[in-house]
Amino acid sequence: MTTLSDAGIEIQVFKPMPDLPAPLESVGIIGWLKGNLFSSKINSLLTFAALFFLWKTLPPLLSWTIIDATWSFSSHPCPTEKTGACWTFIFVKFRVLMVGLYPQELLWRPILTFVIFGGVCVLTALRVLQTKLLITLWFFLPLPLFFLINGGMGIETVEQSLWGGLMLSTGLAAIGIIMSIPLGILLALGRRSSMVVVKSLCIGIIESIRGVPLITILFMASVMLPIFLPQGMSINNLLRVQIGIILFSSAYIAEVVRGGLQAISQGQIEAASSLGLKNWTITCFIVLPQALRHVIPSLIGRCVALFKDTSLVIIVGLLDFLGMIKASAQDPDWLGYDAEAYVFCALIYWIICFSMSQYGKSIEHHNQW
Amino acid sequence: MLQAAVIGIILYAAHGLLVNTQANLEARNIASGFGFLSLESGMPISNSLLPYSPADSYGFAFFIGIINTLYVAFFGIILATLIGILIGVARVSNNWLISKLAEIYVEVLRNIPLLLTLFFTYTIALAALPIPKKSLMPFEGFFLNNRGIYLPRPIPESGFLIVCLAVLIGIIAAFMIHWFAKRLHRETGRTIPSFTLGLIAMVAIPAIAWWLTRGPIAWEFAVLKGFNFQGGLVIRPEFSALMIGLVLYTAAFIGENVRSGIQSVDMGQINSSKALGLTTGLTMRKVILPQALRVIIPATTNDYTSLVKNSSLAVAIGYPDMVSIGGTIIGQNDQAIEIIAMWMGVYMTINLMVSMIMNWLNAKVQHIGR
Repeated sequence: MTTLSDAGIEIQVFKPMPDLPAPLESVGIIGWLKGNLFSSKINSLLTFAALFFLWKTLPPLLSWTIIDATWSFSSHPCPTEKTGACWTFIFVKFRVLMVGLYPQELLWRPILTFVIFGGVCVLTALRVLQTKLLITLWFFLPLPLFFLINGGMGIETVEQSLWGGLMLSTGLAAIGIIMSIPLGILLALGRRSSMVVVKSLCIGIIESIRGVPLITILFMASVMLPIFLPQGMSINNLLRVQIGIILFSSAYIAEVVRGGLQAISQGQIEAASSLGLKNWTITCFIVLPQALRHVIPSLIGRCVALFKDTSLVIIVGLLDFLGMIKASAQDPDWLGYDAEAYVFCALIYWIICFSMSQYGKSIEHHNQW
Repeated sequence: MLQAAVIGIILYAAHGLLVNTQANLEARNIASGFGFLSLESGMPISNSLLPYSPADSYGFAFFIGIINTLYVAFFGIILATLIGILIGVARVSNNWLISKLAEIYVEVLRNIPLLLTLFFTYTIALAALPIPKKSLMPFEGFFLNNRGIYLPRPIPESGFLIVCLAVLIGIIAAFMIHWFAKRLHRETGRTIPSFTLGLIAMVAIPAIAWWLTRGPIAWEFAVLKGFNFQGGLVIRPEFSALMIGLVLYTAAFIGENVRSGIQSVDMGQINSSKALGLTTGLTMRKVILPQALRVIIPATTNDYTSLVKNSSLAVAIGYPDMVSIGGTIIGQNDQAIEIIAMWMGVYMTINLMVSMIMNWLNAKVQHIGR
């Protein structure tokens, strides 16, 4: 463009030409492919190797789980000419897998329990409730649910040896976590106490539990606990195992909480005590709320770990979800469906654990609860 | 005052416990003390690294269990570390497909109970493998069937000691080359390819010794006799299943540690080392790794101790580790207190040793302020 200035001299004003479009190989789908899959020779090689791997594994997997699988609800074994999975087996065994040998006519009780429990989980995940309300709810939740499953006080009691399946796993894990959090907090506070006796006692308990596998704790609970009790007093196997799980979990939670306690600066405590607050007031209202807020994601990590760990109760003779899976796979009428049983079991465990850990991550992200 | 009360409560509880325990043990006719360890066990053990017969004592049977636990833990830690590093590196790869695959691996394995993984590997592996008569034979002398993996057993002949000595000399030579290269670099600034040279020394010296002694190892092959194989070196399916399950599970956790370690290194550090002209390998070795290790090692120590403890799941698939053998002993003579005390002692000792080694490593990689 040319303009005439005041002096009448023509001035050339620089005007850039319009931008050329980006080269085809750096934008769009081709650009993405080049950047993420074929950025170098080695990368291309790796991509092809991965594609080859997927090509070899994915189609057989898909055809086994979905295309060639039997999905009918009949109570007869699957036709043998079908090469895929036999999900009929899972449908037939579904009740046993979920609630164990719980009586058929009382089935509404576990279902109601599941609905209430699931509802509380959803409320937690959606973060619609106030924190204090939520904690209170969770803390008192086991009592009515236990009553609902167990019976008593007017409604028919169901023997605990009939409990099983996913219901048992969830129950053991939920009660284990809910009971072990207060216990773990106590142990953590004891470990940081200035009293030598309390401190060494707590360190001894925490480290000796953390030093051994859960199986030995379960063995101890189921074999040794009866020996320790006064004669004539006995507790059933389920309760013994539950006590073992609570003890085990509280030692780990104590360490998690200790991490949170250490993150609280000394200045907070000094400020509180200079305001004239008593020691236990400082601990309960200044230190603990902040410390617990720090460790919520790790606590959820512990929930996931404990839920996975409850599968070990199969070794001391309880039929939890995995136990029921194993027992069903050995049913003489339905032999040869181990793969279906284990895949279903893995899927359920995965969904529950993965959603819990995603929830933990989201809390970490928002830093609120 | 409070302390005295606590001591009082503890003493009272301990006293009550002791009285109850003694009364219960008497009522159930259970002996106490470690005298049973010298009694004849009478139990067969399927996988034993040492010669063992049911006529041996309980103590020796338990010792076999300890050895088996250590064996699983040792190889498990090594394999899990190798696979874990691979997974972690794949996770931060700039290849989208590879990093997604690694992520899927980690998320699947971490969110499924280890026991289920073990059942899966054990059942599926056993079901998929053929009977001994139809064994798979990937190489000459290697057999794969549902009784285990059969390998040729090496039998040392005369001159084997010389080869062993040569291996030792090779390792020492590699160390000396490394030390010499370091000194040369410090004093003159010149570098020599010490890693390659060391590797050559480590391979070449034993190879020469091997050639001079004309291969002093004979191989005993497994042969099919009747329904099963005889001879050779056999890896039982229980062991393989336990190993595969443990390693895959722990590798997922170690992979996450490696990923977070690598990602904890500031991008600016990598860019500046590139700007200084360091090669990719050197950047990895001298810039990323030393800093990443500070994050990786403490987390991985935890995973190693978990692996040691998780090896106790062997009891579920019938590999005779310490817990499995101890459980059998409890079943025979009811002396649960003693066995559980022994379990605790051994696990704590192993885990303390693992922690000590890892703490020593951790101290070595810590940043030294100058």
